[in-house]
Amino acid sequence: MLSDTQPQGQPHGSSRPPPVGQVHPPLRRALLWIWTNLFGSVWNSVLTLVVLWLLFVIGRGMLGWLVLDARTAPATLRECIDAGGACWAFLQDKWRLILFGTYPHEQHWRPALALALFASLVIASCVPASWATVERRRWMFGIWLLGMGGVIVLMSGGFGLPEVPVRLWSGLPLTVLLAVVGMVSCFFLAILLALGRRSSMPVVRWLCIVYIEVIRGVPLISLLFMANIMTPLILPADVVVPNLVRAQIAFIMFFAAYLAEVIRGGLQAIPASQYAACKALGMGYWTSMIFVILPQALRIVIPSMVNLFIAMFKDTSLVIVISMLDLLGTANAAKADPAWMGLFMEAYFFIAVIYVLVCASMSWYSRWTERRIGSRQSRSA
Amino acid sequence: MVGQPLIRFRNVNKWYGSLHVLRDIDLTVRDGERVVICGPSGSGKSTAIYLINGLQDYQQGEVEVAGIRLREADGTAHDIRRHVGMVFQQFNLFPHLSVLENCCLAPRKVLGLPRQEAEARAMEELARVRIADQAQKYPGQLSGGQQQRVAIARSLCMHPRIMLFDEPTSALDPEMVGEVLEAMRDLARRGVTMICVTHEMGFARAVADRIVLMEAGRIVEDAPPARFFDPSQQSPRVRAFLENILA
Repeated sequence: MLSDTQPQGQPHGSSRPPPVGQVHPPLRRALLWIWTNLFGSVWNSVLTLVVLWLLFVIGRGMLGWLVLDARTAPATLRECIDAGGACWAFLQDKWRLILFGTYPHEQHWRPALALALFASLVIASCVPASWATVERRRWMFGIWLLGMGGVIVLMSGGFGLPEVPVRLWSGLPLTVLLAVVGMVSCFFLAILLALGRRSSMPVVRWLCIVYIEVIRGVPLISLLFMANIMTPLILPADVVVPNLVRAQIAFIMFFAAYLAEVIRGGLQAIPASQYAACKALGMGYWTSMIFVILPQALRIVIPSMVNLFIAMFKDTSLVIVISMLDLLGTANAAKADPAWMGLFMEAYFFIAVIYVLVCASMSWYSRWTERRIGSRQSRSA
Repeated sequence: MVGQPLIRFRNVNKWYGSLHVLRDIDLTVRDGERVVICGPSGSGKSTAIYLINGLQDYQQGEVEVAGIRLREADGTAHDIRRHVGMVFQQFNLFPHLSVLENCCLAPRKVLGLPRQEAEARAMEELARVRIADQAQKYPGQLSGGQQQRVAIARSLCMHPRIMLFDEPTSALDPEMVGEVLEAMRDLARRGVTMICVTHEMGFARAVADRIVLMEAGRIVEDAPPARFFDPSQQSPRVRAFLENILA
């Protein structure tokens, strides 16, 4: 019942007002808060002290490794090891290798520019106002086509730029390309699969069920191996599909199966009365789905969808098994340099920061989107 | 005022599995007529009106709307629906769209009206149910009575020849029933053919041309209000039903 649904997640006051019913100066108020919340009981006091001690130990260690004992260029390997902290000199020497991998060194501005272009496209698409009107949607579509064209020209060459074969694309651009193209494509494929799985047409329904169950039953690694080894056997000899494209297709197929099940969950949460309302207004299947059912279903599954996208972003590192160098692969390549023998923490720390930043922004964006939609629909079901 | 037969049930039977929900229904509704269907719950009255726009199928007999024989399976229901509006017990507004968007969606996507024209039409219908000032709000921000009036406006935006009401006031708090019935009375004055499943006997008496009483899937009475409410002419079944809902 629409009108009876109460708003969920009412904020419950977690910090109680100070016990004395008068206004205190800020310092006193802060002390009172600490006293009541952190040292309210013996058990609380013990927990607080243990946590403080742990924070201190970890903080001291981090500070030592990251700053105090760390050495920057022109430190040598020897000096770094003697100091005992992070060897930023190693990272200063290798960061371009980690970011752009085997891409020709003097051409590194191209993947850098491609990344910036890609990031602007994604960020522009994340702003709701970009999609607010029909004209803007047309613009966005055009901008995406142009932008993707730009990315591909930048990366592969042409128009006066020297050509760079796809097998040399590596590092962060490869990871981002696999992830973003994968997410966008698997989103649309997953919607079709989810609708197909609930279709009233038996052939469509069974094809979708078989697809989803088979793909879900196979590990991603084996799918990547198949894409790498078996497709050349199946395709005619003169058709050469780059490794990247094959891996990309394997990713899309794999995650579409999972995402389809997530979206199906959302579709099932839409009450039959919404379908009845669409029918009663004379709306056909696609009109109902596109304008009424899917917008509601997709909103419900935003958290699980973003969960899957984060997994997808990280799982791109599995392309390492078909000898492509993603961000993790290039970090491994960096540590293999005999000049910096034995160092690896700095490289992994560097890519970990990148991974965390990207994943955290994704989950932040999903929370923000949920709040935005929630506040607009307020009390409604 | 009342014209050609518009809706015709001929000997219609319907089962849910082994449950026989409609038994030998014969009913004709003429153009411009206002018919109220009442009866105890489970008597098949809602099911009967769901056949008129093909939201439910039937197994035997024939339902004809505007001369078209209606069968969900034949795909004929789809053509009929743009001429038949429906108001549901639970409103069934689209919660992710604003009131205005709720009203514009079908006219734009089904009738192909341009946005401006659809919005003008929507504002006109919203004004008629006296809720134009809420056009930018979302359904969840409105009261039940307001939501139901939006639902009525949304249906009317398709300019239907027939309006079906499935217990439009039974999900409402008592103080909101009046505003919805008022909107329905306005509509009745416009000459739209109305079939209304309701227990609001005051509304039935004031507005209906005929009142149909159903019981256990059968039509047991079909009479104008004057006869339906006249103790000297009404059948024992009608008397029992009226006593029940008044009690």
